[in-house]
Amino acid sequence: MREAAVVSQSNPLQRIPGVAVVLVLLIAVFGAIAPGFLSVANLSNVLVQSTILTMLALPMTLIIMTEGLDLSMGAVLTLTSLCVAIVSLATHSMLLGLGAGLLVGAAFGTVNGWLVAILGIPPFVATLGTLGMAQGLSLIVSDGQSVVGIPHSVRDIYSATLLGIPVPIVMALVTYAAFHGLLYHTRFGTYIFALGGNREALRYAGLSPNRLLIAVYAIGGAMAGIAGLLMTARMNSGHPTAGLGLEFDAIAAVAVGGTSFERGNGWLLGTVLGVVSVGVLRNGLNLISMPSSVQVASVGVLVIVALFLDGLRSRA
Amino acid sequence: MTDISKDAIAPPRSFLSQDAIQVFYRLLAALLICAVLAVLSDSFLSLGNILNVLRQASLTFFIASGLTLVVLTAGLDLSVGANVALSACIAGTVIHKTGSPALGILTGLACGGIVGLLNGVMVTALRIPSFIATYGMLWVLNGLTYWYMAGETLHGFPAGFRQIGSGYLFGLPIPVYLLLVFLGIGTLFAQRTIWGQEIYAIGANPVAARLSGIPVARRLLLVYAVSGTMAGLASIIFLSRLNSAEADIGESLTLPAIAAVLIGGTSLFGGVGTVFGTFIGALILTLVLNGMNLLSVSANWQPLVTGIIVILAVWLDMKTRRRAQ
Repeated sequence: MREAAVVSQSNPLQRIPGVAVVLVLLIAVFGAIAPGFLSVANLSNVLVQSTILTMLALPMTLIIMTEGLDLSMGAVLTLTSLCVAIVSLATHSMLLGLGAGLLVGAAFGTVNGWLVAILGIPPFVATLGTLGMAQGLSLIVSDGQSVVGIPHSVRDIYSATLLGIPVPIVMALVTYAAFHGLLYHTRFGTYIFALGGNREALRYAGLSPNRLLIAVYAIGGAMAGIAGLLMTARMNSGHPTAGLGLEFDAIAAVAVGGTSFERGNGWLLGTVLGVVSVGVLRNGLNLISMPSSVQVASVGVLVIVALFLDGLRSRA
Repeated sequence: MTDISKDAIAPPRSFLSQDAIQVFYRLLAALLICAVLAVLSDSFLSLGNILNVLRQASLTFFIASGLTLVVLTAGLDLSVGANVALSACIAGTVIHKTGSPALGILTGLACGGIVGLLNGVMVTALRIPSFIATYGMLWVLNGLTYWYMAGETLHGFPAGFRQIGSGYLFGLPIPVYLLLVFLGIGTLFAQRTIWGQEIYAIGANPVAARLSGIPVARRLLLVYAVSGTMAGLASIIFLSRLNSAEADIGESLTLPAIAAVLIGGTSLFGGVGTVFGTFIGALILTLVLNGMNLLSVSANWQPLVTGIIVILAVWLDMKTRRRAQ
């Protein structure tokens, strides 16, 4: 089992240059043209702002490794962020809010997995449908309004520090460690490689690919729940369009990070570098006073270029 | 997707085929919804409301008809809504600057067509899966539109231009005539021309299509360009109906268009479906949303219902196909 994972990892190692070159280039360019980009305050700001995206991009990596996709993540994050806000407002408890967000997120993830695995609906359409559902539910539970006045215990999560490190970064590091352990050091991780690479082999080994697939999507939904807590804390409110489009940044990070869309091959560290690349791109464009619309467009271009290069590599 | 065991040759298509039966079922469903709504709401059967439903359905149909061709090739175009927004904003600017609606209409169509062509290039030359390529395009277009408009709204167009979207001819809204025209053209193109049949063949089995000498890449380019141009056409109707253009008008258009295609019986796996089915799909979706409106359900429920309908439509399609096999 472990050997299979090692073989799969050897290929991503050749890709280290790809995403690292992108990141170094972006840092060099913005270091040269954007005033204040290289300051410690700004760089730590980039990292803190990348934490929400990290929590979406890591599970998105697993989902894409199964030759799947989750377009609903941004909308589900919006919904869970609202759930965190509403429940913590009603109960004055951060933990109950987090619990509600996790529950709703995991429920959506499970539905996604069920639609993809059991009903066999192509992932991009199944999750496009649940995107609409989550978006609709967000509007319904919030009545289209912001949820304000949430307790300090929620807001403080985003601004607090632990041993001098901002809590969101600690959470992102713990998440990375958990995903790294899960993917590279457990049987479940090896099965995820097999889900994308060789589903038949799983069946012959007496495992249920469907149940594994549902679990992968459910993890994605649950992580959107945790990210929802961070989003609510960051905005100090719940907003019915807070996370729309975030799934696209997550897909961009995964694509730039070198995970292939067609071969069941994933690389978590690459995804993290991809997340930071997207964060640097947005922050740098922001510093040279480009409107957020240009940032959105440039992330779109980044994805298309990354996928084009991925296509070239897969043919080579 | 490349399943050799599937029919290598698209079955001959005439109006008394399997397709016709599928369309018949959907017409029955539409009538059933009408009957239910007529019982539940007094105002449903009023002339004003029926014309309103037809006009709404025609807007969805314009976007969905081009999309149907894309889905027939087993592709997807997620950028149509964003394309409508960009085309509308550019066409609106041209009309404001030059005062010529004709020039504006041409620019809108051209803008939509070029975006579609770019989608086609990404899918054929760069070989990026269509749903990812057009999803990236969605965000590129969104960014461009918001940047171009910079929060502004374009207001007030010439009265003649506004007739396209809001005028009447012999008691019927003008978009309904356009709908009939494009329904006819689309149906003739798909069922009665060689290019149309080749599109079905590509969707049914791309390998067989290539081996039998169909220029697959060129047909795909055509299909994506047509989808983009139809989004451009829809942008003109929107512009003239709303008498204004804003960067966010496309955000709620893509999901309904996809829903209309799928309800209409076009299979996501390619090779099966009709443009007429998509028309019925657009009608059914509009009836449902109109009914919710008449029963004073908040508009906040629309994305939820549309999402559920998309999933149901795909699931039903897969069930009937499995039974047919």
